[in-house]
Amino acid sequence: MTSILRFLTSRWGPIITGAVIGVLAPVLVKLGNPGNMGICMACFARDIAGALGLHNTGVVQYIRPEIIGGFLGAFIAALLFREFKPRTGSAPLVRFLLGMFAMFGALVFLGCPWRAYLRLAGGDWNAILGILGLVVGVGLGIVFLRMGFSLGRNRPAPKALGWIMPAFMILLLVFLLVEPQFGRDTSGNLTGPIFFSETGPGAMYAPLAVSLVFGLAIGFLAQRSRFCTVGAIRDMILLRDNHLLNGVLVLIVVAFVTNLILGQFAAGFEGQPVAHTNGLWNFGGMVLAGLAFTLAGGCPGRQLFLAGEGDGDAVMFFAGMLVGGGFSHTFSVASSPSGVAAFGPATVIVGLVICIVIGLTMREART
Amino acid sequence: MGESNMVDARGLSCPQPAMLARQALQKLSKGTLEVVVDNNTARENVSRIAKNLGWEIDIDERSEDEVHLMMRK
Repeated sequence: MTSILRFLTSRWGPIITGAVIGVLAPVLVKLGNPGNMGICMACFARDIAGALGLHNTGVVQYIRPEIIGGFLGAFIAALLFREFKPRTGSAPLVRFLLGMFAMFGALVFLGCPWRAYLRLAGGDWNAILGILGLVVGVGLGIVFLRMGFSLGRNRPAPKALGWIMPAFMILLLVFLLVEPQFGRDTSGNLTGPIFFSETGPGAMYAPLAVSLVFGLAIGFLAQRSRFCTVGAIRDMILLRDNHLLNGVLVLIVVAFVTNLILGQFAAGFEGQPVAHTNGLWNFGGMVLAGLAFTLAGGCPGRQLFLAGEGDGDAVMFFAGMLVGGGFSHTFSVASSPSGVAAFGPATVIVGLVICIVIGLTMREART
Repeated sequence: MGESNMVDARGLSCPQPAMLARQALQKLSKGTLEVVVDNNTARENVSRIAKNLGWEIDIDERSEDEVHLMMRK
């Protein structure tokens, strides 16, 4: 058993993790998740934001068990392998902003990097421009890294800090199971504080237990193998290292084959599930997301799994994603299948400017 | 060992530990370099980059939060 687990930190780790995600994600779609959305950190964070009432777009409100499971899987792995080391202090405020802007960019495209790869593997060719945008955004982040960009060092923190996020995730699980309804709307019907969609993507989900267990498995494997969908591109360009990229390539190939087997592969641009065909902003949204993820040190999945290790700065990034998920709908930033929203393009441009300023100005403070 | 042959990568986010180590190794081309890390991910990443560039590595684990990676070529 230990040798299998040690295997996960070898070059095979990301490959095995990618293969497992490549099977489980399309299966989640088969079991009820929205199309090409077996796993999407951005869409799911947005759904959770909606369920918590941070936005009131009725079609995208659900507490996604994959996120809870993914976090808890990484948390358990970190505890078992003595990698649960609470830490914080590396520019948490900036990380919050990066999480928010990464979310805006991803929701203009309609997917995080995980879903970009899963969309490609489902035949959604709109993902091609999204992934190209992601590569450009990562490349831009690398320019800043080479110029000396750094969010500074974290410091060890009291153990209690590392338990805040597990407690929040357990609370989310309780909300999911109990769906508390304390309030009354103007007609006297029970409402909130937890909101679940009755139609739309938010009402499409695999059975709770399956989503939770699949999430646990993915979080466990990804924590061990350091799987990262942004690091994959970054390390290839910056370090000429294909360790993580292998995992992403395997994910795409295995998800493609699984989609074929399940009859879920449908090639084309038009009529793709939870997607639009505006190539410019599919590209632009992911440039912003790729830049923000790179400056923060990893993709949203990686941030979630780092949070599982007790990384308080990664928790701040996730908090930024939740708040960004709320704003993206209340400020008309998030796209819909009918196209980009009123303020999507403008927000991407503002976000790029802010992320570039962050890239140019953040340096390690000398003490 | 001179101070310039030492990289303290403790507390830094990805990809900085591996990036700083790689830059230092390429600048040296041969000799010795010591990289200090405080987590397993950085330790794996720095070790992999060094091996890819043909350097030998000795690991001196002083504590959980202070692992010295000594590279030689």
